[in-house]
This record gives sequence, structure tokens and C-alpha cells, in this order.
Amino acid sequence: MSRQAILLGLLLAAFVVAPAFAGPYLLSVMVVVMYFAYVGQAWNIMMGFAGQLSLGHTIYVGLGAYTAAALFVHFGIPAIFGLFAAAAVAVAAGSIIGALGFRFGVKGVYFALLTIAFAEFTRILFEHFTALGGTGGLFLPVGSRDSFDLIHLRGHPLMFYYLILAMCVGIFLLCRKLLNSRLGYTWLAVREDQDAAAALGINVFRAKLTAVMLSAGLTALGGVFFAFYYNNLFPNQAFGMNRSIEIILAPIVGGLGTLFGPILGALILTPLGEGITAATEAMGFKAAGIKQLCYGLSLLAIVKFLPEGVWPWLRLRLGLGDGEEGE
Amino acid sequence: MTIDLANQIITGLLTGLVYSLMALGLSVIFGVVRVVNFAHGEMTALAMYAAWGLATYLDLDPLLGLPLIAALLFCLGYGLQRGLIDSFISKPEHMQFILLVSMAIIMVNGSLLGFGPDAHGVQVSYGFDTYEIGPLLVDKVRLLAAAASLAVSLLMMLFFQKTMTGKAIRACADNLVGARVIGLDVKRLYAVTFGIGSACVGAAGALLSMLIDVMPPTGPELTLLAFIIVIVGGLGSMGGALLGGMLIGVSEVLAGYFLMPSMKGMFSFAILILVLILRPQGLLGARK
Amino acid sequence: MSPSPPPLLLIEGLVKHFRGLRAVDGVSFRVEAGEIVALIGPNGAGKTTVFNMIAGVFEPDGGRVELEGRSLIGLRPDQVCRAGVGRTFQLVKPFGNLSVEENVVVGALRWTHEITKARAQAREVLDLLGLADKRRQPARSLTLPDRKCLEVARALATKPKLLLLDEVMAGLRPAETDRMVETFRRLNRETGLTIVLIEHVMRAVMALSQRVVVINSGQPVCEGTPEEVVRDPRVLDCYLGEEPL
Repeated sequence: MSRQAILLGLLLAAFVVAPAFAGPYLLSVMVVVMYFAYVGQAWNIMMGFAGQLSLGHTIYVGLGAYTAAALFVHFGIPAIFGLFAAAAVAVAAGSIIGALGFRFGVKGVYFALLTIAFAEFTRILFEHFTALGGTGGLFLPVGSRDSFDLIHLRGHPLMFYYLILAMCVGIFLLCRKLLNSRLGYTWLAVREDQDAAAALGINVFRAKLTAVMLSAGLTALGGVFFAFYYNNLFPNQAFGMNRSIEIILAPIVGGLGTLFGPILGALILTPLGEGITAATEAMGFKAAGIKQLCYGLSLLAIVKFLPEGVWPWLRLRLGLGDGEEGE
Repeated sequence: MTIDLANQIITGLLTGLVYSLMALGLSVIFGVVRVVNFAHGEMTALAMYAAWGLATYLDLDPLLGLPLIAALLFCLGYGLQRGLIDSFISKPEHMQFILLVSMAIIMVNGSLLGFGPDAHGVQVSYGFDTYEIGPLLVDKVRLLAAAASLAVSLLMMLFFQKTMTGKAIRACADNLVGARVIGLDVKRLYAVTFGIGSACVGAAGALLSMLIDVMPPTGPELTLLAFIIVIVGGLGSMGGALLGGMLIGVSEVLAGYFLMPSMKGMFSFAILILVLILRPQGLLGARK
Repeated sequence: MSPSPPPLLLIEGLVKHFRGLRAVDGVSFRVEAGEIVALIGPNGAGKTTVFNMIAGVFEPDGGRVELEGRSLIGLRPDQVCRAGVGRTFQLVKPFGNLSVEENVVVGALRWTHEITKARAQAREVLDLLGLADKRRQPARSLTLPDRKCLEVARALATKPKLLLLDEVMAGLRPAETDRMVETFRRLNRETGLTIVLIEHVMRAVMALSQRVVVINSGQPVCEGTPEEVVRDPRVLDCYLGEEPL
């Protein structure tokens, strides 16, 4: 077993046994860590693997969250079915954005702007969507907090804790498998050089579209979790530009295109933000924005001093070799 | 009804001209340095806060404070380019983007910490004066702001056409290798360009402070607005920024007039999507 | 009853203009399976444009491009590759952040879905081209001659019927050129690989090609064995002012 696998096993074990020791507050922070690790991993498929910068990625969180929540609130459809619809809606949205962008050769910054435009358009649309609550928000009926009802995703915080943990493990394994698959190589080739990739028989359009669709669908599942965990949805926080930026922070800080990056990034950023908020509150002043300010500063520091992200740097320091995909 | 609509259109045109000035800064920076300033609206918001501060504490009219604010923003832009952005010029686009977004996050939340979440606006003594031109009513502040925007835009175009530095900067934009060969100090020229683009932002911010209130989320909103304008007009084209600003200004009031004011943004983003897909070089941009 | 089989590659009356400039104007030649053909001509003669039209990068404004009797016109570059044409780029395009081996694996995945098979093929090709000991390096760390080699390795890994080589010997030392020439000859002899190469290094053209097609200003000049071509006054004419052959 490689040292990386051991490290990963230890991390997983820590998260599995944590609820036995940690209080509710710490658990809720760990849920946020895992949530950002999850959506960061999903975003990483599109940007880190296939090289397509999506800056409106929260559109998939929002669509997934709203779809599953609306089905539950209005039709009583349990989350376990709603998540398929959620993923389907997000995949459809992703294919539209991707197909339009890639077919018409919208590249680089322009593509990033296109994704923002779609996300913002959708945000304003949902603000006027009165059936889904509009700006007033969509609220899920809060069920018993003692049950462990996975079908309806209602119940104890511990259930949500282990659910998001399972999702993180799942997406990690999936991404690992993808990186070692033909599709993964195809994406990496497209990311590095599209002309060369095409000359080697790769259908560049299809490769990019697959990445967007998969990333969108997986991100939407994160959205479903978000909706049922927090029980309320507002267009501004489901589709806002800030959310899109939050999604991309962890994988960038951790290391773009790496499997560990999103996890490490979330492990660094969320506790950092929480710690700073707690510290300022302990000092007796309410400083809205201080957490984000620190995110901004750490992002700046990372991009300036560790542009590859923390993980590639740490991996060398820990002597874990240079090939994360291994052989 | 039609008079009202005409008044709305005039309002849109005049406001649009101020937006144009802001977008002009973005366009100039992109056209020369080839960096997309994702912190553009945040810088505009900083300028608005500066205008508010000068008006509130020194009783200085934003029109008179404008040169000072523009100079401040010039220094900010020059410094940022020299100290930070320059080392990212040859890096991949997404790295530049992350750098500028991190700056934007710092600016937004810095202003939230410094000024709080409340809206700040400047009330000038002539704030409610209007001119009657035939049946039309034109706000005095808006007219002054638009005129000042045009003047600054014109000044900048003159700078690029007539001065040696302006010509040197255009040479860098045209042919970077050639510019280096003839011994131009590209680093300095880039910093000057970023400074000038930021000065536009400063001027636009000072003028905008009389028209709209500023609060922390104003920054990101203005960034997106500036993007819409320059993409529609043509990224890197000065005339395009002017045209785009007026178009967006008018389309926003029209969307507000015929639909709902809160839906005007949707309209702008729809235009952005269409332009990106169908004419990515913008209305006035040259096709590569 | 059945007519003689179509050639592996048929180029007929190929035309391409860019903004009124006739970059390629009526180029025709054919390549039989198992042949090695060189396409030569002065700078700007339109050689790379011909390659790009075969490879699906540009669509010709006129003429035919057929592989084993099947038209390649209108196909995208990836479809041309899957039809059996491998190519290299004159300005090399390595996947810089991938290892040398991974670069070649991408090529091998053209014909297999199994990573292990692709990896085995990649190692074989890297052995053949003398890049085996560098296989774990990131491609961006390679020197230019090695990058050229990597271009060839990637294209070879796709198992093409026809290999298009765009100036892969430029910038190589004579010994390296000789080694690469030897590699191509062996491949041609042992696997029947057909090669069309654009080359300025006449040492390689003379040693490698069985037939040479000369074009100038987008137009065909002449065609023949290497020995015939270098003696042809029309060929010398079009190289006047250029470096001597």
C-alpha cells in the first residue's frame, strides 16, 4: 500500500470516528468542509481535467437544489427520486451551455463569461419565479430531527454528516477511476492542446461536452444535499456569483486537476474562515466580511506563491512521489 | 406615455455614457495588457466610496473631486500592475483570473469592513434640478455626469492619439515584440495603461456616486455590467465601449419600462449570451 | 473484373486560397501503400497547407483527397486520424504537463479502451524512438529534438496506415537524423507503414524517400526519384536564392 493510500485511509478514519468526539458545532463545520470538497471535486472535472473554466458553476448547484426541493415541497416526491431529476436538469443545462459555447468556439475568458451570464440569468429568473418562492425563498418542511430517513433526506444531522462523507468518498473514487480511464486521458489531452488532441483522434467537442455534463450532474447532487441540509433556498445564494467563486476556491487552493486538491483546499479554507470569524467575535466585534477577506488574501497568496496549489507542494514535502495517479 | 418613454430613453443614454467610461477602462486594459480585469467594478465601487468620503467629510462636489479620485485610482492601478499583475502576464488565463478575483474579493470585503453593509450616496445641492427641453425633462446631475464622462473619454482618446506615451502604448498593443525591439519599456507602459484604465474607473466612480448608491455588492454588479458593455461593444475597442454603454443603458430602462425593473439584468445577460455566441468580437470589434 | 485497387492516398487538383492568395493551386500526387514519399519545396510553397487539408484542419476549395478510395474531405481532424492518418506538427504541440509516456498513451487510446494495452504500446513506441528512459518526465521538460521525437511517437501510437511527418528532422544533429531515418525505414520495411514527409533536410529526403514531389508557390513542379529530382533544372530554379540542396 502506498503512503498516499495510508494518508487517505487515516483521513477517512478520522472523519468516520469524528462524531464520537466532536460536538454539534464542529460537526457542522466538517459538513461544510466536505460539502466544498465534494462540489470542488465536481468542478475540478471540468476545469482541472478538461481545462474548461466554469465561473458560473453554482448554476448546477442551484438547479439541482431547486429541482429536488420543488419536487418534494410541491409533489411530495422523496429526495431519493428527486436527485435523478435534479441531475437530469443540471446535465441538460450543462449540455446547452457547453454545446453553445463549444460549437460556436467561445474560448477562454469568453467561455468563463458565458457561464457567468447563464448563472446570473438563471438567478434573476428564479427571483421572479413565484411558484418557487421568488426572492422570498423556498422552504422545506422540517421533519423530525431524530429519524434517519434517507429516502426523504429528513432527519438527524449525523445522517447528513455520513451522507456527505459518503458522497466525498464516492466522487473521489470516481475521479480516480476517471483519471485512469480513456476518458480521463482524453480530457487531459484536450486540456493541454486541443489541436494535438484532435490529431490523435479525439473528438474535442464531445470530450468537453462530456466533462461539462458529468461535472454538472455531480454538482447538482451537491445541490440536493445543500437544499435538504439547510432546508431553505434563495435565488441569491443558490445562483449568486459569490457561490460560484466559493466552489472554485478549494480546488484551486488545494491544487487544480489533482484528486487531493479539492479535499485539502476545503480542509484549509473552511476552518480558516470559521476560526477567523470565531476569533473576531471572541474579541467582541462583529466584522462582516472578515472571513471572505481572509479567503481573498489566502487565494492571493496561493496564486502568487504556490500557483500549482498546496497539494503538489505538500506532496513533495511529504515525500509522496510526484505521480498522484500512480501506476 | 411616449414622452415618459422618451424621458426614460434619455435617462438610459445619459447613465449609459457613465457606464461607458467605466467600461472604457476595462477595454483599454484588455486591449493593451491583454489582462481581463475581473476587479473592475470593485475598483469603481472604491472610487464611489472615495467620492462619498470627499463629499461627506470635505463637502467636495464629486465633479470637483473627480480629478483627485482619478489620480488616486491611477496610482492604485499603476501599483497593482507593477507589483502584482505584471508577473502573471505570461501565465495561463485562469491564473490571471484567479489573481484578479482574489483582489476583487479583498476589495469587496474590505469595503464591507470599512464602510459597512449600508448604501452610501452623494446628495449634491442640485440633485433634484431638471432642465426642460421642450416637453422633455432631463436631470441636471445626469446631464453633467454624462457630459463629464464624454469629456474624460475624449481626453483619453486624445492621449492615445497625440502623446508620445499614448503612441508607445498603442505600439505595445499592436506589436509587442516590435515594441521591445525598439527599446520601449513595456513593463512601465503596461503599468501606465493599467493606471489610465483605472483612472477612467476613478472618474466614472466619482460620477456614478451622484447617480446610484454604493454598497459592497455594487462592485461585483458593476464588474458584470462592465463586461456586458465591452463584450457587446467589442473587447479592446474604445468606440465599442462607448456604444455598448449607451446600448446597455437604454436597454436597461426599456426592460424596466416594459417588463419589471428587477428583470433588467436578465435582459442584459441575455444580450451578453447572444453576443458571445453569435459575434464574440462584439459589435465594433475586429474579427481575428 | 475488378479495377486495380485505389492508391492509399490520392491527391488530385487540390486548391486552397486564403483571402485571394492561392496557397495551394492544383497539386496532385498519389501514394501507394508501403511507399515513402517526400513533399519538398521552398519556404511558403504550400507544403504544410497540403498536409492540413489531408488532416482535416482546412477544407480544400477544390480537388480530391482520398484514402483507399474514400474521400477525406469534410472530415474533422479526429475523424481523419480515426480513418488511419497520423500526423505530426511542424510547431510541436506536446501535452506539456503530462509525462512523455502519457502523451503517447493518448495516441494509443485511439484504437484501444484499455489503459494497460495503451501503456504497453506506448512503451514499445518509446523504446523504438529512444525516448524510453525519459518516459516519466513531463513533456515540457524535453529538448526540441526530443519533442520532435515525441510528436512522432504519439502519431505512431495511433497505429496509422499513413503517417504525415512535418519537418521532424529540422533541428536534429546529423547522427540523430540518421537514427530517425533508420527507424522510419525499419518501420516501413517491417510493418509496411506508408509515410509522406515534408522535409528540408535533404540528407533525410535522399536517404528515406522512394519518390519526391516538388511544389513551389502552391503549384506542382515535378515528381520523381530523389536522384532525378535533384538534377531537375526546374527544381534548382525554384530553389534559386534559397540555400543549395
